[in-house]
Amino acid sequence: MTSTDERLAYMAAQILRNFAVKGQKAAIEAATDHIVQFWDPGMKARASAMLGDAGTDLSEDVRAVFERLRQEQPAR
Amino acid sequence: MTFTREKDFGTPEKHGETVSLTIDGQQVSVPAGTSIMRAAAMVDTAIPKLCATDSLESFGSCRMCLVEIDGRRGYPASCTTPVAPDMVVRTETDKLRKLRRGVMELYISDHPLDCLTCSANGDCELQDVAGSVGLRDVRFGYEGASHLEGCKDESNPYFTFDPAKCIVCSRCVRACDEVQGTLALTVDGRGFASKIAASQDEGFLASECVSCGACVQACPTSALIENTVIEKGTPDKSVVTTCAYCGVGCTFRAEMRGEDLVRMVPWKEGKANHGHSCVKGRFAWGYAQHRDRILNPMVRSSVDEPWREVSWDEAIAHVASEFRRIQSSYGTRAIGGITSSRCTNEETFLVQKLIRQGFGNNNVDTCARVCHSPTGYGLKTTFGTSAGTQDFDSVEQADVVLVIGANPTDGHPVFGSRLKKRLREGAKLIVVDPRRIDLVRSPHIEAAHHLPLRPGTNVALLTAMAHVIVTEGLVDETYVRERCDGEAYAEWAAFASDPARSPEAIEDLTGIPAADVRAAARLYATGGNGAIYYGLGVTEHSQGSSTVMAIANLAMATGNVGKPGAGVNPLRGQNNVQGSCDMGSFPHELPGYRHVSDSATRALFEADWGTVLDAEPGLRIPNMLDAATDGTFKGIFIQGEDILQSDPNTKHVAAGLAAMECVVVQDLFLNETANYAHVFLPGSTFLEKDGTFTNAERRIQRVRKVMEPKNGYADWEVVQLVANAMGLDWTYTHPSQVMDEIARLTPTFAGVNYDVLDERGSVQWPMNAAAPEGTPTMHIDHFVRGKGLFVVTDYVPTDERTGPRFPLLLTTGRILSQYNVGAQTRRTPNEAWHAEDRLEIHPHDAENRGVRDGDWVSLRSRAGETTLRALITDRVAPGVVYTTFHHPDTQANVITTDFSDWATNCPEYKVTAVQVAPSNGPSEWQQSYRAQAEQSRRIEPAEPAE
Ligand code: SF4
Ligand code: SF4
Ligand code: SF4
Ligand code: FES
Repeated sequence: MTSTDERLAYMAAQILRNFAVKGQKAAIEAATDHIVQFWDPGMKARASAMLGDAGTDLSEDVRAVFERLRQEQPAR
Repeated sequence: MTFTREKDFGTPEKHGETVSLTIDGQQVSVPAGTSIMRAAAMVDTAIPKLCATDSLESFGSCRMCLVEIDGRRGYPASCTTPVAPDMVVRTETDKLRKLRRGVMELYISDHPLDCLTCSANGDCELQDVAGSVGLRDVRFGYEGASHLEGCKDESNPYFTFDPAKCIVCSRCVRACDEVQGTLALTVDGRGFASKIAASQDEGFLASECVSCGACVQACPTSALIENTVIEKGTPDKSVVTTCAYCGVGCTFRAEMRGEDLVRMVPWKEGKANHGHSCVKGRFAWGYAQHRDRILNPMVRSSVDEPWREVSWDEAIAHVASEFRRIQSSYGTRAIGGITSSRCTNEETFLVQKLIRQGFGNNNVDTCARVCHSPTGYGLKTTFGTSAGTQDFDSVEQADVVLVIGANPTDGHPVFGSRLKKRLREGAKLIVVDPRRIDLVRSPHIEAAHHLPLRPGTNVALLTAMAHVIVTEGLVDETYVRERCDGEAYAEWAAFASDPARSPEAIEDLTGIPAADVRAAARLYATGGNGAIYYGLGVTEHSQGSSTVMAIANLAMATGNVGKPGAGVNPLRGQNNVQGSCDMGSFPHELPGYRHVSDSATRALFEADWGTVLDAEPGLRIPNMLDAATDGTFKGIFIQGEDILQSDPNTKHVAAGLAAMECVVVQDLFLNETANYAHVFLPGSTFLEKDGTFTNAERRIQRVRKVMEPKNGYADWEVVQLVANAMGLDWTYTHPSQVMDEIARLTPTFAGVNYDVLDERGSVQWPMNAAAPEGTPTMHIDHFVRGKGLFVVTDYVPTDERTGPRFPLLLTTGRILSQYNVGAQTRRTPNEAWHAEDRLEIHPHDAENRGVRDGDWVSLRSRAGETTLRALITDRVAPGVVYTTFHHPDTQANVITTDFSDWATNCPEYKVTAVQVAPSNGPSEWQQSYRAQAEQSRRIEPAEPAE
């Protein structure tokens, strides 16, 4: 995991924490939406790539967000 | 462009029923309460006057303005006598002339008769009045007692006080009291012995004076006069333009003598400042001519090499070929740019256009990233638009003012003066700030509540205020029902009512007694028009966006949005930070805050620009720097911003810049960022170009060129050169054409053009068919987004925690006389007030560490270490330290961390855990940085042409 990957995972977790009061499911949805709107394609691509990375230590919710992001990303 | 003094009506404007009277046979209709003097001036009858001026309430001391009124005995002073229906007034009779001449004689007998050699010759009211009353000789002789011996006070670097020229009219004293609100001046002594003194007669510089210049402007003689007038002579023409410092957006008359700027005088017609100013706009413009300014383009292949001066052609061609080379090797998204909040709307628009159209990506960001990006997010989410809701005049109708995380008397001085005026009139004040800012207690002002909360707990505190408002039945239910989204409100109200969010529950967290929070919440909710003003103490936190939304929630719950006197008002830092955001400087938004994924908006721009636009958001500044260290982002164009000094975690910024292959910096000076640049393009000052700035109240105002750009080109022209070298086909010949394009593509600007601006002076967006006059107050009948949206703002503590190694919390701010990274103000005599950044520390914390006032201390955080000198004060609470960031030697941002706002990545400047210890000199980083900076600033002059 590079420092940028760590930063992205941290950012996603921070976004999730700010939506946590909505409940887990809604928070994951809101965080995904937020990232879709504000992250550049490179950052989104790295987020998806992290899912496959064996060494990556992502929380369950961050993983769920990145998973949804991967599904929503336009095929390129 | 010729020189005329602005018309002086003698007394301030009044509003009331119309009253008709006759003056010298002429019928006049004016609002009740107007003075006879003003009524006469309105029909161009100038009654001689000395102690009156229309920025001040009349005082009636000089007895020069006497008139005769039918049916009244004696000769009343026209400045203090209000008009009455059917009054018949005569302003010129033999008797009046005689009386006035007698008064004038007394004044002149105590005045040096050196008019011809006086600096104010030709621009002196005393001289004019002496002429107009026909004074030809003085019977009292000049031998008696006089003030002619008094010695000059030259302590202030910008103006001189010469008591010999003073007629003790007290205009200066009243200007300082009424307009500026500093109360620095007094009339010392009585009768003939009276004289003007600054504070305890300690000279202007050492006194309370903040050098705003109001007294100088009010002075009818040359007793108070700008040093530049003494040096250069009186001006011969003037041009109205807008201050390039802060987001108040004061307008000035740039008064010129030929191509030389003599002085900047605040413009009375200016709708943001109404003729007032602060030391920066009024006096600190000398940087424009400073010898450090770089006037030739420069290039180098590596940052270890000295700079090589080159021609504009070579520099521009180099930039274009480097950017294209990088894109072909690393991809379209490997380059980007940063727009400047110091530059004009037209310039920022062009930089983002260059990036979207020319670079083919959305990698554009702006310095608002580090200040008000959370305002953009928060107000757009709750209200539907990313801007403050009011004009500045609104403060005159506020009953309760809540100031959060802002220090208006330092950061936004002219607004600060207007706010103080309203507070002196009786409006109540609540201050939420870890530090005891000046407003909390100043002459004739005392905050009803000061809540000195622990840095980083804004959201908890504001939600506790919401708790009080909801649970004590203080919500404006009709407003909420009619104007806001009901479901969101219900969810929010349930959240806020939870006892876990009560003032009592968060007392330990914020450090504020619950009773104080309750009292402040009640006052805000029930005290009449409630206006909130906030600054970077709100936004620069890991929950900056949440805090903005928590503020919006409070305002909606109490019905305080959509009417004058109320609202949510971000105090914007830089002159054009509002404008640069409006112009599409964010990587996810096209001009007018429309998301890049919105295909209809993209289609509009694509048709106009003839390009396909990227539908994906671009990189924000911190992400650009990350990508640079990762090797995927290689080139950047930075216009008018010093990210190395202004952005958090300097070492990280330096590493990012060092990893790029082509860093292009356009600026006035070799700033700190330029140490890492490969190309330097000289910039132009606001005096050297045309354009517009948009201030914090969404007011668009003209910037007018008063002199040719010393570097050869205005900044917009340089952007056009780069664009065309990259293969675009831009043909702008004047910034007005850029504004026409902005208007064509941005619905909120549809009605804006230079003709309208010239005609009206300024307009506030939205300005379009639906709002042909512009929009002083937003959201009047409905919110821009339809229904106002309450947002649940859960308090999430920052990850920046104090602990045994870093037990103190550092918060940062700025000071009146300096401006941001100080690139301009440090190059002016403003250094007289603030020559270095100091660390404010509570006496208790200082004593524990053996630190005495003025000692060098080291300031250490997890990110880095710096040294500066200590200032021991109880303005800060125990456990909190504070500093400014105006000086590159201090590099306060070596200390600040990478933590940032969850929604926008706005850095958490306001909370850093630190340790303070005695020290004996600069840190290692400071030493090596200084050496690197010196090395990097070497310039090899251009080889002479063949
Ligand atoms: S300094 Fe100027 S304004 Fe002040 S009392 Fe003297 S003449 Fe009047
Ligand atoms: S410059 Fe401003 S603050 Fe200073 S004495 Fe004059 S009016 Fe007061
Ligand atoms: S208050 Fe701001 S805009 Fe006005 S003069 Fe001062 S710096 Fe300029
Ligand atoms: S101008 Fe009216 S009394 Fe001085």
